[in-house]
Amino acid sequence: MILNINGKDCEAKSSQNLEELILELKINAPHFAVALNYQVIPKSQYKSTTLKEGDKIEIVHAVGGGI
Amino acid sequence: MNDEKNTQFKDLVIAEKKFQSRLIIGTGKYADFETMQKTHDLAGSEMVTVAVRRIELDRSKEDSILNFIDMNRYTLLPNTAGCYSVKETVMTCQLAREAGLGNFVKVEVIGDEKTLFPDNEATLEASKILVKDGFHVLPYCIDDVVLCKKLEDVGCSAVMPLAAPIGSGLGIRNPFNIKLIQEAVSIPVIIDAGVGTASDAARCMELGVDGILMNTAIAGAKDPLKMAEAMKLGVESGRLAYEAGRIPKKLYASASSPLDGLIDI
Repeated sequence: MILNINGKDCEAKSSQNLEELILELKINAPHFAVALNYQVIPKSQYKSTTLKEGDKIEIVHAVGGGI
Repeated sequence: MNDEKNTQFKDLVIAEKKFQSRLIIGTGKYADFETMQKTHDLAGSEMVTVAVRRIELDRSKEDSILNFIDMNRYTLLPNTAGCYSVKETVMTCQLAREAGLGNFVKVEVIGDEKTLFPDNEATLEASKILVKDGFHVLPYCIDDVVLCKKLEDVGCSAVMPLAAPIGSGLGIRNPFNIKLIQEAVSIPVIIDAGVGTASDAARCMELGVDGILMNTAIAGAKDPLKMAEAMKLGVESGRLAYEAGRIPKKLYASASSPLDGLIDI
């Protein structure tokens, strides 16, 4: 299915839920967080959060900076 | 009177957490992570700000900045740099907390591209929402007494008035406003933005504020490692001078030698 991830349309080949998506994308940052359709999803709910076509996902982490 | 508040505690206390260092440092504009790490160490800081951004999906194997920040030594202060709305600001803080970056957040909602001055209205609104959501909010704000009192009233853990525009290096544009803020609020006052060199840092602390947050002044210096040390000393000396209680300024001289015992020729 096509998902909008960090502003880009991507094809999720096999993922049905957030946990599978994180694995498919090979996210290995020590500290990251995910928002699905403008809602922050707790890590404990990744497995139970199913994905659907057109979902908007933001995956963020800490970087240097601050205006 | 806030002079009592400031000299009562040896440490800086924000939301019941104690810090020996009164210098909060940033993570932007460094040549590399190693330089940033050494600079943090030399500055003696105990709190470090980070921004929250999208992960680069095709580079997610690269080094994370958090591999260069010991989270046992430094308290993270995620900021909302790049946010222009209340909604973005609140969500960024919630994402930061969910990412394990802690409950302390620096709320910065920019209102003007040129000066990077804060949108004070949005800052107040976002701060109110975030305090209710359990965050320890440290808002970047304009140096206005009324606004700072309102930020305290909505439950912020500190106020962070700017000395001058971000990265300008101008030092304190309005020491009178800073002093008024220091006297008006009971929560810590941390100068955020505009400091250029060590004497600016000392000057801030001599006004009686509780701490300083800076990034560009150190990261942008010709020798960031040296400047980190200079700023550490500047903050410490300014604070000591404040606690020591300076002499008043006088228009005329005040002789320091006794009048007795002068020879009579």
